[in-house]
Amino acid sequence: MATVNLSQVVKRYGKLEVVHGIDLDIAHEEFVVLVGPSGCGKSTTLRMIAGLEEISGGEIRIGDRMVNELPPRARNVSMVFQNYALYPHMSVRENLGFSLKIAKQPASTIDERVAEAADILGLSDLMDRTPAQLSGGQRQRVAMGRAIVRHPDVFLFDEPLSNLDAKLRVQMRTEIKRLHQKVRTTVVYVTHDQVEAMTLADRIVIMRDGYIEQVGSPLELFERPANTFVAGFIGSPPMNQVRARIAAKDGGPVVSITDSLDLPVPGRLRDQVRADQDVVLGFRAEDLMPEGHELKTDGALMRFKQTVSIAEPLGTETLLFTEFGQQEVLSKMFNPRPVAEGEEIGFALNIDRLHLFDAASGRSLEG
Amino acid sequence: MRPKTRLRRTLVWLGTLFVMAAICLPGAWVVFSAFRPNREILARPAIWWPEQFGLGNFMRMFGIGGEQIAIPVGSYFMNSLIIALTSTFVAVFIGMAGGYAFARFRFRGKNAIFLGLMLSRAVPGIALSLPLFMVWSRLGLIDTPLGLIIVYVAMNVPFTVWLTDGFFRQVPVEMSEAAQIDGCTRWQAFWRVEFPLARAGIASAGIFAFLISWNEYALASVLTRSTDSRTLPVGLMDFSAQFTIDWAGMCAMAVLIIIPALILTFIVQKHLIAGLTFGGVKG
Ligand SMILES: Nc1ncnc2c1ncn2[C@@H]1O[C@H](COP(=O)(O)OP(=O)(O)OP(=O)(O)O)[C@@H](O)[C@H]1O
Ligand SMILES: [Mg+2]
Repeated sequence: MATVNLSQVVKRYGKLEVVHGIDLDIAHEEFVVLVGPSGCGKSTTLRMIAGLEEISGGEIRIGDRMVNELPPRARNVSMVFQNYALYPHMSVRENLGFSLKIAKQPASTIDERVAEAADILGLSDLMDRTPAQLSGGQRQRVAMGRAIVRHPDVFLFDEPLSNLDAKLRVQMRTEIKRLHQKVRTTVVYVTHDQVEAMTLADRIVIMRDGYIEQVGSPLELFERPANTFVAGFIGSPPMNQVRARIAAKDGGPVVSITDSLDLPVPGRLRDQVRADQDVVLGFRAEDLMPEGHELKTDGALMRFKQTVSIAEPLGTETLLFTEFGQQEVLSKMFNPRPVAEGEEIGFALNIDRLHLFDAASGRSLEG
Repeated sequence: MRPKTRLRRTLVWLGTLFVMAAICLPGAWVVFSAFRPNREILARPAIWWPEQFGLGNFMRMFGIGGEQIAIPVGSYFMNSLIIALTSTFVAVFIGMAGGYAFARFRFRGKNAIFLGLMLSRAVPGIALSLPLFMVWSRLGLIDTPLGLIIVYVAMNVPFTVWLTDGFFRQVPVEMSEAAQIDGCTRWQAFWRVEFPLARAGIASAGIFAFLISWNEYALASVLTRSTDSRTLPVGLMDFSAQFTIDWAGMCAMAVLIIIPALILTFIVQKHLIAGLTFGGVKG
């Protein structure tokens, strides 16, 4: 059983604290993705799990062992680096077998496990080449192969796809997912790409400035972002965020965007708001639907007309830039038709799927 | 090819040839002279193309065939070899450790120490000869191989540190980290991954250190006296008597000095293929 538990883990470089007491419990065979903007402490956290970075405070456990003081080699983890870090003076075969050789496994075991890994990753024809003779994608595969031959307790990935071009990245992403289905092992995967996080993760950990902002499954984060940061980070395009204020009206509280524009507060949030509260109103681009291209919904709709300033066709959908309460928002048009810039279009906003965040703290008002 | 380009190319070739000739001619002259009798070297008008060509000078040096010059070439050679090899080995080892530390670790005063090391090379060695002589004679190190070895190690360490530091810097830290995750101790990671990748740098440091010790004259001439420690370059001066210089013998010995240096350079050269680190990290 290889669970990974972080409790109150702190990292300091001299006086500078970069990871502030984070807690995280990763289940056996779970695929967890750490995601967040550059410099938020993802790599540092991963490297503390690997043992490449000392832990300044708190405790890390792998399985039932406290590993704080263990060197990397004693933790039985393997890691895929952003730049792959293949050994340039060894062939692919030697790269794959290196860890087993160090562990003094008999040659027959090494051959067998190397062949197995090569088979899984489709490297069998490249075994005698050196890393310099491989393409980026092949190097990436060798790096993964080197990680799996050891049958480690935990796989650690630090932005393994960021050096590949866009097309290969998508391909390798799928391959990593497939690999995880074949070789069921606990995975901690670092990326700053939310699409990668969404597609790969069982659970996503969103980090910012050394704190964990939210932990949850991809859909949980998408549907119920805990704060404006998560709302702006997950989903593509990010959630529309519009400044507004709560006002009391006869029928109950409303979200007032401008003097002439207000929306009823969705039923589930009615008890969470107070009058005159500054809020951020959030909604996804797909919940602002152009007329004639609405998705099926039982939600209450609010209709209005507005001009489109920019249209970005993406094939299956077109992104429309328009205004809502004088603030720029995006709408997604599915089954798109050509839209001229400056064209006035009717929109339907799905009111049941609105999100409200406290403007001061950024926190979601959801209970 | 357009005539203009061809003309330019010809000119470049001619220029190169001229420069190469200017560089190589003195060396070639020494080598030629090593095989000619002194008479012919000193002849006036000069004899440009050798008429008598033979191994006489070398035979004289080793006392083969009767005649022997009174210079203990064999002892000088052994002294040189022992002193140069030992000091090179030690300097490369210290340089490797130092270079690795500079490349990999942060510590207080790192830049100052590094700068200090480099500046120590700015002092001309000969300026140190008098103080060195006095200290060495107190310590009883005058005219001992150990005395010269210490001096040469001190001379070479700043350079080997600097060179290997540069090469270790080119080896990504992730190499060592990957090896440690793969089960190596830091020590194993060094010898199995980082050392082989920095080998080119370490080999070049070795060649340079060897050549410097092998050819050093100024300090050796002050610190050595007898066959106990005298090295080949100092021994060359034995050929100049009060009124005459045995140019032929001197040139033969110069050739003898060049040969081991050439051999060593050829042996080590194949380790100099740089670019081994390419390909291990992203392309
Ligand atoms: N050796 C170090 N000394 C001082 N500060 C450091 C050191 N290494 C990292 N940091 C700081 O720690 C913070 C977290 O760094 P980390 O590498 O974990 O970020 P990251 O989330 O992986 O970012 P990226 O997406 O750019 O890789 C950054 O602010 C960085 O400047
Ligand atoms: Mg990082």
